[in-house]
Amino acid sequence: MTMNWSVIYRNLPLFVTGVRMTLTISFLALLVSIPIGVIAGLFRVSRLRSLRFVAAAYVEFFRGVPLLVLLIWIFFVLGRFLRLTPYWSAVFGLGIFSGAFVAEIVRSGIQAVPRGQMEAARASGMTWLQAMRYVILPQAVRKVLPPMASQFIILVKDSSLVSVISIVDLSMVAKNLVATTFRSIEIWTFVAVLYFCITYGLSQLIALCERRFRMDH
Amino acid sequence: MSQSETIISFRNVSKNFGSLEVLKNISIDIPKSQVFGFIGPSGAGKSTIVRTVNALEGIDGGEIRVDGIPVHAPSTDLNRLRANIGFVSQSFNLYPHLRVLENVALAPVKVKKLPRGEAEERSASILRTLGLGDKMDVFPTRLSGGQQQRVAIARALAMEPRIMIFDEPTSALDPELIKEVLDAIRSLLATGITMLLVTHEMNFAREICDTIVFMADGEILETGKPEQFFRAPKTGRAQDFLSAILNR
Repeated sequence: MTMNWSVIYRNLPLFVTGVRMTLTISFLALLVSIPIGVIAGLFRVSRLRSLRFVAAAYVEFFRGVPLLVLLIWIFFVLGRFLRLTPYWSAVFGLGIFSGAFVAEIVRSGIQAVPRGQMEAARASGMTWLQAMRYVILPQAVRKVLPPMASQFIILVKDSSLVSVISIVDLSMVAKNLVATTFRSIEIWTFVAVLYFCITYGLSQLIALCERRFRMDH
Repeated sequence: MSQSETIISFRNVSKNFGSLEVLKNISIDIPKSQVFGFIGPSGAGKSTIVRTVNALEGIDGGEIRVDGIPVHAPSTDLNRLRANIGFVSQSFNLYPHLRVLENVALAPVKVKKLPRGEAEERSASILRTLGLGDKMDVFPTRLSGGQQQRVAIARALAMEPRIMIFDEPTSALDPELIKEVLDAIRSLLATGITMLLVTHEMNFAREICDTIVFMADGEILETGKPEQFFRAPKTGRAQDFLSAILNR
């Protein structure tokens, strides 16, 4: 079998648009998933039963439904009522899905901070929110960075599913090109390398954050 | 020592952990500026009783008043009350992500809303008094246990509390580090601050306390002057406890 890599150079602009779409959708979904995840994570450790229940229901539901099914459902069912474009359906679908996992990471990070920290903060007269903000969360952030890195990498890779609602991301570009050029080995190899570059860059970025947040020096 | 006004009062206070009664119908008045030492065998309820004063522990019956304010009433502003009660536990619980000075100044800035400069100035002067002037910019993990506990004391004092609670402040320390912490506590005597001290350091309790409260099984069995208590305890439980602990 002979390889012909010229299919890559000739279609480089297409790959660039695909990478750009994958990056923007992943990034926007990340921006959606962080606040949702942090709030749901805080709810899960709240003293109020109702908040704990809402957060648990959210996490269990979105963690339990396959992303593919969720994206299709949001676009075809929810999207019809809310007039969501495929683009925003993809962003919210990915964001809400990923937020459920972020919530669990946040919860475990908060619970990994020793109980005495909350007690010391409350004993000094801080409110629960103040104690969270100034004492617990800054410590939890350091504990959650490694699992967060994994979650964000998964998010980038999961974004390849948005092609099912006709978003032309990197995977869709590849699929289309393969259909017209039949150079599937060259194209999918190149696409795998591109995904790797994105996720490796992301994990280096988070490793940098981890070093910056180290607390004992 | 004049009998001054009461600052903390317990009226028929009870508390259960499930079916276990950890506080049984406790009534006691603690006058202002006095040092009360709580001693007794483990499981007596000593830690629990002092932790109910700032509502770190809830109660199931009775009433506790601090400065006339019912601590456990739902209408009480607990955060405001706690700002006036310093609390030092056996596990220090310094904030590991903040430097020593930031540890001490955090609550004055966030709770008392002091300007940061003023809070840090005051915190620095407290740290210097406790011999920690050269540690202000280090992180707590770099300190010995004794130094960490002194920072915890400074952190509590920075709020200018009217009451200090020490819950076994030296129990987690290596023996050679205990003295520096006891010295720090002793240095507070001159300020006239009201202190509640749970401790197993009998000599220290005898030296600094105005009143010894002996507890066992959730009850106060004896209350008295240290001299009288340590020389001639009235109850059998106290006699057994003291002979076990002093004749090691």
